[in-house]
Amino acid sequence: MFFNKHKIENFFKSALIHVFLMIVVVSCLFPIFWMVRSSLMSNATIFVDPSLIPQELHWSNYVVAWTKGNFAVYFLNSMIYTISVVMGIVVVSSLAAFAFSRLKFPGRDFLFYIFVAAMMIPLPGSFVPIFVLMNKLHLVNTRLGYILCMINVGLCLSILLLKTFFDKMPSDLEDSARMDGCNRIQIWWHVALPLAAPALAVIVIYNSLNVWNEYILATLLLSDNNLMPLQRGLMVFNGAYQVDYPVLMAGLTMTAVPIIAIYFLMQKHIVKGLSSGTIGGLYDPA
Amino acid sequence: MFSKAVPRHNQAISFDAFKNFLFVLPAVGIFSIFYIYPFFDLFNLSLHQWQGIGPKTFVGLQNFQELWGDKVWWSSMGHAGYITLIALTFQNALAFALAVACDREIRMKRFYTLIFFIPPVLSEVIVGILWNWILNAGTQNGQPIGLFNHLLVQVGLPNLVHNWLSDPASALTCIAVVHAWKGFGWGFIMLLAGLQTIDRQLYEVAKVDGAGSWTTFWNVTVPMMVPVIMVVVILTILGSMQVFVLILSLVNQGLVYHTEVPVTRILSSMSVTNQFGYACAQAVVFGIILVVVSFALKSLSNRMKQA
Repeated sequence: MFFNKHKIENFFKSALIHVFLMIVVVSCLFPIFWMVRSSLMSNATIFVDPSLIPQELHWSNYVVAWTKGNFAVYFLNSMIYTISVVMGIVVVSSLAAFAFSRLKFPGRDFLFYIFVAAMMIPLPGSFVPIFVLMNKLHLVNTRLGYILCMINVGLCLSILLLKTFFDKMPSDLEDSARMDGCNRIQIWWHVALPLAAPALAVIVIYNSLNVWNEYILATLLLSDNNLMPLQRGLMVFNGAYQVDYPVLMAGLTMTAVPIIAIYFLMQKHIVKGLSSGTIGGLYDPA
Repeated sequence: MFSKAVPRHNQAISFDAFKNFLFVLPAVGIFSIFYIYPFFDLFNLSLHQWQGIGPKTFVGLQNFQELWGDKVWWSSMGHAGYITLIALTFQNALAFALAVACDREIRMKRFYTLIFFIPPVLSEVIVGILWNWILNAGTQNGQPIGLFNHLLVQVGLPNLVHNWLSDPASALTCIAVVHAWKGFGWGFIMLLAGLQTIDRQLYEVAKVDGAGSWTTFWNVTVPMMVPVIMVVVILTILGSMQVFVLILSLVNQGLVYHTEVPVTRILSSMSVTNQFGYACAQAVVFGIILVVVSFALKSLSNRMKQA
């Protein structure tokens, strides 16, 4: 039994596959490990000590980044932007998707197709006219300006995702809610939104990642240090004449940890959103 | 009697329709201001000469004429093409191999999937700064301080130690490899999802017919995967051609011509030389190229589906 040729062959085959997969796993994780390791070195040792685990762990780098490096402000700003943009997108896109799916008004389908078409057309360099517009509206260097811009960025995809979801939802519950005297807005709030929770989860995660990681609009629209989010702050720090690498690495780690944590917690939804074809399938809706 | 009833009825309907329209009003409002208006303004500005402030001069197609002869612009297009080529071949082949490996009955499948998608959730700024640190070319006491150069010395290849990110011969390849490192997880997840929709019975039939695993792969797996592969190819092209934040953060010695891509050109036309009209002309041309390429590929994939 043990010397069954087929079994041995299979064993070696899967061992080889595991070795291949493990090499890729290590190449994914090692740079991240190196980032954390470098964030715990001191300025005196970081350039000369090649060891994997530093002898002394300098947690003070995190304190320096948080206070002197202004990361407390950047972090708070990133939180403010992410939470308000995501809440804005959820409300605005679910109202619109509900109407596109369930309510009737002239020009409904036309409007919906414009939203879909906008998603299919890549618009590189759209930051130029957006910057011009924000200047005209005096929204440069304001939180509101950046938040509105970012709501727009996530809007089309969220509307499309929710509309497809509402289209598949049976209308019995809505009908009985209508019998009970609920008006449109009550149906949206009490029936449609709770039922759409799985789709909303995908939207919340996808947009949170997007806003937290956004860089170019934050750079063009926010030049005031007190309004900058983390990504922008990291680049400011990175662009300094004398880069303090341990503190920079601490800043990177602080920026990466929340997003990796959210990813681990919500992994199921992210993979579901991606693989259900809703995000990837945009270019192949037929 | 009839003529009186109709207007009232119509009024009720139109008021109802108006109330329905209120649901989409916030979305339409934000979208019109922050998408539709800038979209048309992009075309409008591309026909003007403008420094961002002061008066605009209408110059017709002069910006486009200038762009036609702009060597730096077209070489930046070539650089983006090179990054895209590596993403299409190396990155997607890796993603496909990993997806095929994870599609079979294998232990720790969920662990692998979990890890492979970590680089894609990190921001381009984080990835760029982190890899800049790893590829750092600085030296201290004659020893390279960057991890990569340090490892080269350790494995006995000190001749290879050099400034990977500023040497024109290696800079673009480094950018492309880091881009692939960040991006292969996307392709992996989408391809794996595609593989899992293939009916297992097809594999059984192929086995009964005596097909080896290699034959099965080429004659069952690959043809079934063509639609998914095409989606991944289109998304890879659109994503890689437009990469630029990664380059800004990875190559921190400032932009040099050999690492310029179209979007960094647009950005510097706008914010370095203040040629807003020219920046918009570049954006229009680049946008049209991307639209043409992605629609051509899409119609190609539709034709392949029918065949």
